[in-house]
Amino acid sequence: MSAHADTHAHDDHGHHHKETFVTKYIFSMDHKMIAKQYLITGTIMGIIGIVMSLMFRMQIAWPEEPNVLFEALLGKWAPNGVMDADIYLALVTIHGTIMVFFVLTAGLSGTFSNLLIPLQIGARDMASGFLNMVSYWLFFLSSVIMVLSLFVEAGPAAAGWTIYPPLSALPMAQGGSGAGMTLWLVAMAIFIASSLLGSLNYVVTVINLRTKGMSMTRLPLTIWAFFVTAIIGIISFPVLLSAALLLIMDRSFGTSFFLSDIFIQGEVLHYQGGSPVLFEHLFWFLGHPEVYIVLLPALGITSEIISTNSRKPIFGYRAMVVSILAIAFLSTIVWGHHMFVSGMNPFLGSVFTFTTLLIAIPSAVKAFNYITTLWKGNLQMNPAMLFSIGLVSTFITGGLTGIILGDSALDINVHDTYFVVAHFHLVMGISALYGMFAGIYHWYPKMFGRMMNKNLGYIHFWITAICAYGVFFPMHFIGMAGLPRRYYTNSNFPLFDDLANVNVVITVFALIGGAFQLVFLYNFFSSMFFGKKAEQNPWKSNTLEWTTPVEHVHGNWPGEIPHVHRWAYDYSKPGHEADFVPQNVPLMDGEEELQH
Amino acid sequence: MTAFLTIIIVLFIAIAIWQMVKIFDLAQVGASNSQIADDKDNKLNGYLMIGFLVFIYVITIVSIVKWGDLPLLSNSASEHGPQIDNLMTISLVIIFIVQTITQFLLHYFAFKYKGEKGRKALFYADNNKLEAIWTIIPVITLAGLIIYGLFTWTSIMNVDEDADPLVVELYAQQFNWKARYAGQDNVLGMANVRLIDNDRANILGLDEADPNAQDDVITTELHLPVGKPVLFKMRSQDVLHSAYMPHFRAQMNCVPGMITQFAFTPTITTAEMRQNPDIVDKVKNINDIRTEKSKELVAGGDEALDPYEFDYLLLCNKICGKSHYNMQMKIIVETQEEYDAWIKEQATFKNTITAN
Ligand code: HEM
Ligand SMILES: [Cu+2]
Ligand SMILES: [Cu+2]
Repeated sequence: MSAHADTHAHDDHGHHHKETFVTKYIFSMDHKMIAKQYLITGTIMGIIGIVMSLMFRMQIAWPEEPNVLFEALLGKWAPNGVMDADIYLALVTIHGTIMVFFVLTAGLSGTFSNLLIPLQIGARDMASGFLNMVSYWLFFLSSVIMVLSLFVEAGPAAAGWTIYPPLSALPMAQGGSGAGMTLWLVAMAIFIASSLLGSLNYVVTVINLRTKGMSMTRLPLTIWAFFVTAIIGIISFPVLLSAALLLIMDRSFGTSFFLSDIFIQGEVLHYQGGSPVLFEHLFWFLGHPEVYIVLLPALGITSEIISTNSRKPIFGYRAMVVSILAIAFLSTIVWGHHMFVSGMNPFLGSVFTFTTLLIAIPSAVKAFNYITTLWKGNLQMNPAMLFSIGLVSTFITGGLTGIILGDSALDINVHDTYFVVAHFHLVMGISALYGMFAGIYHWYPKMFGRMMNKNLGYIHFWITAICAYGVFFPMHFIGMAGLPRRYYTNSNFPLFDDLANVNVVITVFALIGGAFQLVFLYNFFSSMFFGKKAEQNPWKSNTLEWTTPVEHVHGNWPGEIPHVHRWAYDYSKPGHEADFVPQNVPLMDGEEELQH
Repeated sequence: MTAFLTIIIVLFIAIAIWQMVKIFDLAQVGASNSQIADDKDNKLNGYLMIGFLVFIYVITIVSIVKWGDLPLLSNSASEHGPQIDNLMTISLVIIFIVQTITQFLLHYFAFKYKGEKGRKALFYADNNKLEAIWTIIPVITLAGLIIYGLFTWTSIMNVDEDADPLVVELYAQQFNWKARYAGQDNVLGMANVRLIDNDRANILGLDEADPNAQDDVITTELHLPVGKPVLFKMRSQDVLHSAYMPHFRAQMNCVPGMITQFAFTPTITTAEMRQNPDIVDKVKNINDIRTEKSKELVAGGDEALDPYEFDYLLLCNKICGKSHYNMQMKIIVETQEEYDAWIKEQATFKNTITAN
């Protein structure tokens, strides 16, 4: 397959070979088109996910009050406009699932791994264009199923995005655990298949298709991040798949992998000998690495953008690579920090506390290296740069509270409270979302051949940045006051009455922040048609994607693939006139390549 | 009504934003705007970075001042509580310091080095010494936290059987809690959900043949004698639940098919806690809020809210279905005498089970 793609691109680039609308825009095998397909699908899922979060935030701020929006959007689930408790949990569940998997895994990795891996390593396409296409269409299918599950009679899955059994296994425990959960599981199984195909393709491509001179130590950090992310995905997603399959068996074929001794609705069920704790282990064996599957690509994108826009080499390239690898390795041995109070042996809790706090070290190294990259730079404040700086900021704020949650003794009291919600949204959700925005603003010219409007980008960034802190910062405090998450209303606890006004503040920030995403959507869609035409290398960047023509061609480069002679970060290198030296520029006489 | 108004306002805002953006966007057509940041943009955004730094500091301080008087950081009511609170305070202080410094550096550099045409950045790719420093400092700090944390964790989770703890079962079901006291013998009778017989009031599935079960006492309120270690055995009959007792810094999941445990010693009675000045303030504050709300309710023809009185609570903290948000049990910590008097009045299993 790959040999074919390669030779055909080589030989055919002069004359056009026939492409129909269908092969060009729908069943495309071109990585650039597939990247756009991922991006658009991810954006649509993102809109759904965010609207859901705004709805349940309104419920929390103004509990049980009639709301026309609920009536309009939720129909029978909001009689007289009052949100039902079941649908509240369903909204939370689907919001979490969509944001984590559909937006920030497929939407982020799918878009930028696909776009950048071939372009930045100097390849004509992915190793297998066909598998790449299949991967996208499986993702599309799983998105469709996930969205369809919202319309199931008894309600969509509502057991939390972690779908712990027995709640998720027993239809009599919760309406959403019937057909809704079945569809959720099917959608996720297809999603995992899609993700595995994608990841395998990325890994093979990075290993085999690098252009001449592109040694591993000259790879841009984006590629390192995508590469390692794909490996983590390959290691951990199959475990979630097996958990899902075992859960399907418990649900449909009466096995007892996760269930035992259950009495519900007046009857004893036959299950015997299984354990929900086993499910938790399997789930988090994916679930924790998933956090880094979401985050690492965002960090890779940020590395590239901060360096380019600082007109300065990324500080500590080697340390950055080592910390990506360290984070990847550690991320697979820390899952138990989600289970300190699950009933597992307290000694295991100690082990996981130890490994978890270790992961703070490579994370700290990364944060300091970003800050040092800014130091004495010549910062070009493009929207992509703002989002990258914003990412470093939320990554620090969110990461620091990990020190508390990773400490088993402290987790006892903040586990499953809003403190956790604050922590993971900042460190994973918002950071990765910023990474995605940064990537979009930065590579938009590469994707669509046009520029996005920068002033709209500034408005988008500043309002989003303020609202993100406004939403998630106060959540730490209501969490430390003991407010549990996944509560439909707090009005049954007078104890929490003094937190009601905080919840209103949070929701108001969320509504404003949500509304201003329209600025982005407008900019994104209108620039496709009316944006200013892009130059070939608008950000004066060193990486190879900017050596391709603005108009996309099949096979990426009309002529030979450029050879690489240096790393990607020769910005403002002494001895050079320009403040950037692209990777394909040979070393000058007497010029030395940095030892890294 | 508030919600309705909000929606309308939000909708208007959304439309207004869309329109404004459009005008804004159109106004730029023709201007020789490359959509790449120029010196003016760099300067403006550089200043905004400082503004944002101030915003982060302000929101931090406001949050701490307004909401930082956290019930979970003070007035713990168990023996191990202060240990957790100490560790939490230390961690928070470290986080606060690191956060303040790093956010300053990040935003200040973004401001200080904002781009100017013609200036060249410093080519500075590596410095092993610096990197070693910011590897080692976190290592040392974290080593301290890990060691402190692990000692705390181990001492909390190790149940001291010699202390002769009072054994109590916490039994979870959708959507309420029961407590089962072990009775005179302080040994819980055997139980399994397969033995549940609601018709005969064997609601927790105790084994009628087990002599230890006969004197067990099942209640819907949790009474605990002050100063005595309590060993909780958690059980669930249907789905996962979590027994969360925030005032005691205690939490453990209830897992069907498995018995989990957690032990602590309550140190402050409910009556004493109600006298605590912090709690008095908090209760007053809450009651002011409730009075305000009651006025609204009464005006709308609804009933007023009851005044709030402080009580310890057991909350469910693991998503368990529709009424997860309302799965609670009152906890009353009292003197040994009060406790003895109370438990004596409760019927034992032998006396509540009905004949076949
Ligand atoms: C407009 C922005 C967002 C708002 C206002 C928001 C709000 C919330 C809130 C309040 C919860 C907690 C509900 C509860 O536990 O009771 C929640 C849950 C969650 N959110 Fe978000 N969120 C936003 C964006 C995101 C993003 C970008 C991600 C991506 C990682 C994300 C992932 C999740 C996850 C995984 C959950 C947990 C769902 C569960 O409990 O099963 N959210 N969101
Ligand atoms: Cu984790
Ligand atoms: Cu619950």
